[in-house]
Amino acid sequence: MKLDNIYKEEKKSNFAKVSDIIITMASRPSGFIGLSILVFHVILAFISPFIAPYDFKAINPSLMLQAPSAEYWFGTDDLGRDVFTRTILGGRTALTITFFGSLIALLWGGLLGIFCGLVGGKTDDIVMRIVDAFLSIPWILAMLLIVSLLGTSTEVLIPALGFFYGKGIVRVARAATHDVIAKDFIVSARARGHSNFSIIWNEIIPNVRDAILVEGAMRWSWMLLGFSSLSFLGFGVSPPTPDWGLMISNARGLMSFAYWSVIAPIVGLSSLIIGINLTADAFAKALGIDRSTKAPV
Amino acid sequence: MLFLIIKRILLGLITLFIVSLITFVGTEILPGDACTTYLERQAFGEQLEACYRRLGLNIPAYERYVSWAVNAIQGDFGYSLSGEMPIKEVLGPRIKNSLVLASVAIFIGIPIALILGIVTALWRDKLPDVAISTVTIFAMTIPEFISATLLILIIAIWLEWLPGIVIVPTDVSFFELLPNIILPVIAIAMIMTAHMARMVRSSVIQVMASEYVQMAILKGVPYWKMVFKHVLPNALLPAINVVALTIAWLLGGVVVTEVVFNYPGLGRLVIESISNRDLPTVQALAIILASIYVSINLLADLMTLMLNPRLKTLQIRK
Repeated sequence: MKLDNIYKEEKKSNFAKVSDIIITMASRPSGFIGLSILVFHVILAFISPFIAPYDFKAINPSLMLQAPSAEYWFGTDDLGRDVFTRTILGGRTALTITFFGSLIALLWGGLLGIFCGLVGGKTDDIVMRIVDAFLSIPWILAMLLIVSLLGTSTEVLIPALGFFYGKGIVRVARAATHDVIAKDFIVSARARGHSNFSIIWNEIIPNVRDAILVEGAMRWSWMLLGFSSLSFLGFGVSPPTPDWGLMISNARGLMSFAYWSVIAPIVGLSSLIIGINLTADAFAKALGIDRSTKAPV
Repeated sequence: MLFLIIKRILLGLITLFIVSLITFVGTEILPGDACTTYLERQAFGEQLEACYRRLGLNIPAYERYVSWAVNAIQGDFGYSLSGEMPIKEVLGPRIKNSLVLASVAIFIGIPIALILGIVTALWRDKLPDVAISTVTIFAMTIPEFISATLLILIIAIWLEWLPGIVIVPTDVSFFELLPNIILPVIAIAMIMTAHMARMVRSSVIQVMASEYVQMAILKGVPYWKMVFKHVLPNALLPAINVVALTIAWLLGGVVVTEVVFNYPGLGRLVIESISNRDLPTVQALAIILASIYVSINLLADLMTLMLNPRLKTLQIRK
């Protein structure tokens, strides 16, 4: 009877496992709020081009800095563009770039970390020294340098962000690998003569996956923060593309008399970052991983 | 113990060496060199030659690296292209300004973070914890430029209590600088405090759940005596590392905050030298910021070592 239950537990489909995790996440208030905000933003990113009331780049000097009204819900900016339109479109670039960026970060950081944790020795030492060196260079300096020399196109931003936010994952993945490496099943896989590749794929990845995914989710919110900071500094998305960071930086000089054009993108960006953060926290708790002792690396 | 300290210091030096290689190779393999990047469309003929000669770009890369590294160790980072003066002189006042900002923020931030962290941990899941934790989550997740912008909007523009941006020359004296830094300090201290408070909270919670604290409760040790004598000393030790990382972040990563407030520190110099495509200054900044990061971490590691009696005996036994 008992064995039967265990058997059934293991037979659960992947879909059932994922939905289990999501239900656990949504059962906490903070997780529920985070998930709802994130889902809202993702849906908005998909449908906003179809529901935007005005053209996001239509400049109209006669409509400059209009206060919010029935016609222009969030008012207009210094070029007479509708702030509501630009706000609901403003998250698309950031979401897309940082989503693919974190995927890249997860992949290379996770795999390199697992590999280093597994092989150990000289290779591990050398790689970790290089990772440490990269960690000690402020990311913003490196990103600004790359972007100013190579340009701000998506093909530059995604790999560059993916690279710079992956180096922290290397450490997490390596530490997680160290936790499982001494366990019996790895030793027996070695004794059976499995290759490193097979051990990584069949034995280690299923065991460290959770820790790496949680780290990746957290990196996503940090990357979003970093990317918006780049845009804010004028090194990210180029105008007239609507982007929250860029909108805030443009509207900042005029906020003493047109605060609406800076409030709308602030609400958009803050809610998305908080949403991703809460979701990542809930995700960590649902998987039973404590993130609260981590420092802001 | 001594061996461990020497090993840590050596590892730090190796990290710095790799950083210098990365910045050097990085600026080398990215398209364009310091002169063509800086001069842009005027990069030809006499001007380019002069720039090459001034930076010594006409000698092979590895020789240039060696001479640059030897000079950098002695504190000479070469010549700033946009500042038209030695980088040393550009850096001096900037470092001082950033230090002022950072030390005031740390001075205010650490005690607040300790109090908030301890309060939230002792009243875990009660009203004070829920309220403070919600605020800290907001404070640490919202981007610096947003909290800074909101501070300016609310305090400087709507309430008109303080000036919104810093308009002082780079080489202003400490006391002239002080009234200008209130808003930047609040913006920075907010994020820093939130990070540290959360760390202290989880650290205290962990210790509260440990067996010897349970034992102390069972023995009937008065609650506050237990908290101050048994819990806090053990809980605050691991917090040292987080404080160090936060300080390191503070010194290097406040680029955005400094730009928002127009504060003449290292962070704004990063943006200025990158916008001016002044690669020698960027290299110098990378090395300096990395050294700060490495030395603060080193200091934290050493402090943890010295303060932790368990680690000491562990090393002797080994």
